[in-house]
Amino acid sequence: MDTFDGYRRPDGRIGVRNIVAVVPLSVAVSAVATQIAGEGPERAHATPHQLSADAPDATLEQTRRILEGVATNPNVAGAVLVELGTERVDGEGIADAVAAAGRPVERLSVRECGGTAAAVETGVELVDDLAAETADARRESADVSELVLAVECGGSDATSGLAANPSVGNACDRLVDAGGTATFSETPEFIGAEHILAERCADSEVREKLLAYVDRREAAAELMGADLRGAQPSPGNQEGGLTTIEEKSLGAISKGGTTPIQDIVPYGSELPVGGGLVLMDTPGYDIESVTGKVAGGAQIAIFTTGRGSTTGNPIAPVIKVCGNPQTWDRMASNMDVNASTVVAGDDLEAVGERIYETVLETANGRPTAAEVRGLREFAINELQPNELGYFDGDGIGDGEEVSRS
Amino acid sequence: MTESGAGAETEPEAGTRRAAIELDGTDTVVTVLEDAEAGDVVGDDGALELTESVPFGHKVALVDHEPGDEIRKYGEVIGVATESIEPGEWVHTHNCDSARGKAEGRR
Repeated sequence: MDTFDGYRRPDGRIGVRNIVAVVPLSVAVSAVATQIAGEGPERAHATPHQLSADAPDATLEQTRRILEGVATNPNVAGAVLVELGTERVDGEGIADAVAAAGRPVERLSVRECGGTAAAVETGVELVDDLAAETADARRESADVSELVLAVECGGSDATSGLAANPSVGNACDRLVDAGGTATFSETPEFIGAEHILAERCADSEVREKLLAYVDRREAAAELMGADLRGAQPSPGNQEGGLTTIEEKSLGAISKGGTTPIQDIVPYGSELPVGGGLVLMDTPGYDIESVTGKVAGGAQIAIFTTGRGSTTGNPIAPVIKVCGNPQTWDRMASNMDVNASTVVAGDDLEAVGERIYETVLETANGRPTAAEVRGLREFAINELQPNELGYFDGDGIGDGEEVSRS
Repeated sequence: MTESGAGAETEPEAGTRRAAIELDGTDTVVTVLEDAEAGDVVGDDGALELTESVPFGHKVALVDHEPGDEIRKYGEVIGVATESIEPGEWVHTHNCDSARGKAEGRR
């Protein structure tokens, strides 16, 4: 039985880090939140984003869901919610959710403080207090089945589908076999491979839902007045040898492994513990996609790359797996696992086991390359008004019956 | 899945064998695993000669493709040929197009 030492939270969930989250409610205070975390203890990390004080309801709701999910992620020991004081997003609801998850939470209004300088000063005091209060959080042994592992790819090239993604897929299979949850996403990268994913769905309901999500992402791309070809594969992907979205997708889906797909959930929605392989509907932009899964409760992310992505996350440690031998030679200091040996014929199983062991070591507290370098990229996918027709009220992901039109 | 041997370490000459990988028996392209030049050969028996240079990770046609023919990798369709492609030619965005995610001609 594989175990790790984590932080048991009052709501029963287990974290692998003990972070004090500094969460702004709008773009107006994103810089303030970053400043507070920067002047606070090392464990204080900010989650700056771009939401305006006012936005369409569906946009507010999606961002609220992400902020709440991030602030209640098992890795979060306590949270400071920063606001200007004019935001429409439901700060009180987020604070209540954090409290209900058994984590200490404070609210800080720049208007009430009398300006940003005073807010930063007060904010640093709040963060210091929360850090002191949570410094002795209990570490206890937990079974690996309590891990929710997010899987992401970025800076893909032709090696992604040959080496890094199938190796990570092997590690996902190991975690799922041990009773844990693995999750991958980026719905635009299901296009051209959805027939394979559909065959792997646990039942017809999940299958219909998956195909409806793919249809919607494809349709939304048309709505933008451009087709996916402009962005997928990206110019960088193309330089790396990927010609079409189908080719990129077929390589991308291997990173989730080979177990049955138990469900697909909306962007930022709660991921089940002990849930097997579960997909999330996210955009193809990797930073927003990782954020969605972390908001869903993932404690660790694995991020495969061919061309050399270096990004991390403020809440979850991100393990970088590199499948391109040339990139590994140049950028090993930003990588955690070398999967490029698979290109030269190394055993996929052996590399998969190494990745799985790295997940356990990371859960035990060993910092990843991105953590060592303080790389904590964060972005929330914000629904734009012209997307709302497709992403709001169509019955997908809001608990109503899904129909394919 | 088959794989040919790695190329020589010295200055490459025409006819140099280059590592390439065919992911499924039904594929119409192979992926080269090192930068290759025109005249280099790939495949277990060195049967396929490249007619142009192909960078690491890019694809080479194994068979003749007419415009509209399916191009297969991983045993799946990854796109269609937009012009005639002969064995040994580089297959990429200049002669292969997606059948998906387009504003026109969607399923």
